Amino acid sequence: MATFIQLLVSGLATGAIYALAAVGFTLLWQTSQTINFAQGEFVMVPAFFILEAMYLGAPFWLAILIGIALSLLLLGLTFKFIIVDPMIKHGVLPLVISTIALSLFMKEMVKNLYSANAQPFPSLVASYDFHFFGAVISSQSLAVLAVAISAVMALHFLLHKTRLGRAMQATAQNPTLAGILGIPVRRMVLYTFLINAVLCAIASILISPIYLAKFINGETLGIAAFLAAIIGGFNQVRGAILGGFLIGILDNLSAAYISSTYRSAPPLLILIVIIMWRPQGLLGRVEERTV
Amino acid sequence: MSRLGVIAVVAATAFFAIVPLFLKPYGIYLSSTWVVLSIAAMGLNLTLGYAGQVSLAQGAFVGIGAYTAALMMHAGVPYPICFVSAGLVCFAIGWVLGYPALRVQHHYLAFVTLAFTALVFLVFRNEEWLTGGTYGLSGIARPSFFGWSTKGALSFYYFSFGIMVVLTAATWWMLHSPWGRAFVALRENPIRALSLGLDTRRYTLMAFAIGSSLGGLAGAVFAPLVQYIEPLSFALDLSLNLLLMVIVGGSGYFFGPFVGALIAVLLPEWLRFIQGYYLVCYAILVMLMMAFCPFGIVGLLERGIKLVIFKRNPPQSKLQSESANP
Repeated sequence: MATFIQLLVSGLATGAIYALAAVGFTLLWQTSQTINFAQGEFVMVPAFFILEAMYLGAPFWLAILIGIALSLLLLGLTFKFIIVDPMIKHGVLPLVISTIALSLFMKEMVKNLYSANAQPFPSLVASYDFHFFGAVISSQSLAVLAVAISAVMALHFLLHKTRLGRAMQATAQNPTLAGILGIPVRRMVLYTFLINAVLCAIASILISPIYLAKFINGETLGIAAFLAAIIGGFNQVRGAILGGFLIGILDNLSAAYISSTYRSAPPLLILIVIIMWRPQGLLGRVEERTV
Repeated sequence: MSRLGVIAVVAATAFFAIVPLFLKPYGIYLSSTWVVLSIAAMGLNLTLGYAGQVSLAQGAFVGIGAYTAALMMHAGVPYPICFVSAGLVCFAIGWVLGYPALRVQHHYLAFVTLAFTALVFLVFRNEEWLTGGTYGLSGIARPSFFGWSTKGALSFYYFSFGIMVVLTAATWWMLHSPWGRAFVALRENPIRALSLGLDTRRYTLMAFAIGSSLGGLAGAVFAPLVQYIEPLSFALDLSLNLLLMVIVGGSGYFFGPFVGALIAVLLPEWLRFIQGYYLVCYAILVMLMMAFCPFGIVGLLERGIKLVIFKRNPPQSKLQSESANP
């Protein structure tokens, strides 16, 4: 039981990070039909922005702010204007290919600039183990959960309780109608790109102390984010959150109870089953198909 | 095919038959790699470019083909049987993987096939009793036929080149049969194809299965070429690279994959002087291409030639027409 609780908490912590990446992924899809195959790299890279700022002498808190600012600039604005906008008129497939190339680009740049070795990354809180009914729970897991849950709650508040959020939802559901109602559709789309950049930066800050900052991290993170988004529901933010937690817990439990070498298999199998039986995802809506 | 096309194909075939005679062993090895990648990319082009089904599983099929052939060769089975079996195994698995394609399209299908590739990689890595795990399978012999050994680099190149020519001719023939027309109908407008009485279900499965079996056959050539296979060669990277080759060359154009594979093989060599940055350059090239000519290099050439010959506006690109009728 103690092991189970331990696994559950650490699973929830990684799941929360996956959820952040998955939420950003679904937001981009909803507002601009962008399938970002570089989402994993978007989570990998901000850690290096922060490390770079720290090499230049910035304290950790300032480096985090610089990292988020650079993410907004590069992963938000530049991504939207340089990669997505010129491509989206050609349809979904060219953009998919382009983001695949982008992920290759980001991975190789980091590898060339920072070597292929893992770089240590400072943790947000001092390491301390809590004992809880015999289970050992690290302060780090709790901090990850706290930050990720607050980020998701803040996003939920923004999307559902503010005028801006409702305008963004309207844009996602029907851009033409939203435009007629006077909502600045293009600006709303831009906001989702910026939100995605911030979510990726937060996920990066949370995951890098655990996995270390490494150019290859994006591959597993990206797949986890796709899986979470699809299992939960491609077109629902709360679906992506549910999916993230599911993947995180499942990953940890299957590593412990099924087989450590096949730990990544159960989420993949569930993905295939979900797509076959409920392609809109657990919480998703059915998207209409046009003839 | 126009007369110009026939001349171009004959010239290209002659070029690739003669050039290796003047290459060093490493150049011949690269040429053989090109042959393998071309066969696999041709299969993916069938699935993606002609039938319009996005697959991220082609690399996994190359792996399945390579492991099938290598294991059978280790068991002492003659090469031709190994080769055919690799194709048949991939045909069967591709057929099964095609079922999701019947239910979902586009990005969902990309994710199903991506999951499949990841699962296949896990099996290669973990089932040590069969695949040798991370150590892989070594000592794969190059076949010999009636006393003609393909052990040397040059003879193996001609052997693989011959296989490629035969498979290319077979694919060409198939695409110009009613079947091939049906594949294109499937891509351009699946609902219209269905209402015209095409069994879209069977053709979708068929497109997947044939494309995959070409991947498997490429694997069966790859195994004796490198003589040592390990799981990492067939990870998601290979599937993504094959997809990029098809798109860069020109998806939906018959000779697109050959050009795409050639670029993927030659670019790292040409860009050797910038060392680790060659993949960065490749990535930038692909992004630029998607922004300015999403129809690929062959598509660009075709438009250029048409522009010169007919002096009129080129027809709509295949990718654009796809996005016009989703």
